Amino acid sequence: MGYEAKKRLTQAVIHLILIIVSFVMVVPFLWMALTAFKTVGESTSVSPFVIFPSKWITDNFVTVWKNMDFFVLYMNTLLLIFFRVVAACLTATMAGYAFARLKFKGRDLMFSLVLFQMMIPSQIFIIPQYLMISRMGMTNTIFALVFPGLVTAFGTFLLKTAYQGLPNSLEEAARIDGCSIFQTFLRIMMPLTRSSMVALGIFTAVFAYKDMMWPLVVNSSASKMPLSAALATMQGQYTSNYPQLMAAALIACVPMIVIYLIFQKQFIEGIATSGGKL
Amino acid sequence: MATKSIGRKPKMSPWDKSQLIWGWIFIAPTMLGLLILNFYPIVDTAIQSFYRTMPFNRGNVFVGFENYINMIADAEVWQSLINTFKYAIIEVPFSIAIALVLAVFLNRKIRFRSGYRTIFFLPMIAAPAAVAMVWRWLYNSQFSLINNAFGLHVDWISDPNIAWISVGIIGVWSILGYNMVLFLSGLQEIPGDYYEAADIDGANGFVQFFHITLPLLSRTIYFVLVTRVIGALQLFDLIYMIMDGTNPALPKTQSIVFLFYKYSFQNNQKGYGAAIVILLLAVTMIITLLQNLFQKKWVNQD
Repeated sequence: MGYEAKKRLTQAVIHLILIIVSFVMVVPFLWMALTAFKTVGESTSVSPFVIFPSKWITDNFVTVWKNMDFFVLYMNTLLLIFFRVVAACLTATMAGYAFARLKFKGRDLMFSLVLFQMMIPSQIFIIPQYLMISRMGMTNTIFALVFPGLVTAFGTFLLKTAYQGLPNSLEEAARIDGCSIFQTFLRIMMPLTRSSMVALGIFTAVFAYKDMMWPLVVNSSASKMPLSAALATMQGQYTSNYPQLMAAALIACVPMIVIYLIFQKQFIEGIATSGGKL
Repeated sequence: MATKSIGRKPKMSPWDKSQLIWGWIFIAPTMLGLLILNFYPIVDTAIQSFYRTMPFNRGNVFVGFENYINMIADAEVWQSLINTFKYAIIEVPFSIAIALVLAVFLNRKIRFRSGYRTIFFLPMIAAPAAVAMVWRWLYNSQFSLINNAFGLHVDWISDPNIAWISVGIIGVWSILGYNMVLFLSGLQEIPGDYYEAADIDGANGFVQFFHITLPLLSRTIYFVLVTRVIGALQLFDLIYMIMDGTNPALPKTQSIVFLFYKYSFQNNQKGYGAAIVILLLAVTMIITLLQNLFQKKWVNQD
């Protein structure tokens, strides 16, 4: 076998493996969609086993949309994501800048506290966080959903690294021109860390979207749940009706997946820089 | 040249003063937030673990080490710890090994590279609740795809001997693409001439993988391993969504965090829940410590 033929064979084998894995990755989503368009009878038919619905019905989507009030769930999820992203980016960029570029007493001690927080499993915080929300009488509010994500040790760490990568000359020039520290930060340094801010924003958004335990703990009212918690509670109500369950799962997943497909490069990089905190 | 330190205590220059003030203003929101949201809760959780939560909001009663003593005697807690480790033993090695192979493939000049990457990464974007729901349906023993496609009669999630593997498979499926992306970025830092030189020497793909890729990627692999193990210990969503209270496989699959959730928020025994989560902290710390010790042996230092 010649070199070229051997190379082509290797390529073919690699593609075959990649296609098989792709298929395994996609099948659950396809099955979700196929089931969502079936009747209950069709979805539980064994002989013959039905893969494609004979008639693509949309009743399941209409029913679950109405029963679960998905418009409200989308809004709650959107608000949760919005406030978490804004709060995380704002607090982390300020703290990251100070830790990376300013020299002041107590800085290193405070930063070691930030690192310490990152080592602790987050479940430790949940009981007291819940008790705080409960004492404030804030259960079943958007604020309760946002609460644990108001600040971020990980984001602070991420942005500190970003600020450390910037050259000293910029700051020195700004200082000679008479810029105050705040002006230097706002006008010169912060715009240069845009890509890290985007990464943190995407990471925060996906994390907020996927988080299930905290919303289940604080918001038991259906009108204040985000998608993740609503899906979890829905399962108990419709256990046997898989077409409806799959329709709901699809409605909950599709917006995020569409956004991901559009911005996939930023998503993958954003989440990959998070370095495993998911 | 002009600086003469006259006084014993040099006075703070206006610049240093300005840094001190702005520095603290900038870190204040984060530090205050961490104090309220994280550091106080650590202490509070530790304190709670010494109390028993009384029913009907009758307050807490100090019980000393009772929660811990009960926990050590509680077979359910130990079993859930074993279950969590069994899950990790499936999820961590398989998701790392498969991801590594895929990353090596995608690091070559190959068509549809970004298409494959997008597909493999897809589960990271899906809500875990939805992922769990569809897998539960796929695993359905009577009506669904897996058993009917392969002509099997396996009780994937209600057979106590199999269910932990089934949950582990979902874990591998979910995290594969994420590990792969981390490996890909690690691979891109390996200079291409290493492989070119190996090609000239006639080293085949396997030899190159074991002699170039693996050693140079050991730092990334180690990092992924550490974060995956710690992540696997926090298994909750899948168990919560897949295992009903009536599922006979529940005792053999429920994780330590699931048990924490059950006691803290379903049974309203927050004291006991707090003790369980302190156990999780201890286990996490021990593993982190062990991993730090092994790191020197394992990772290729430049």
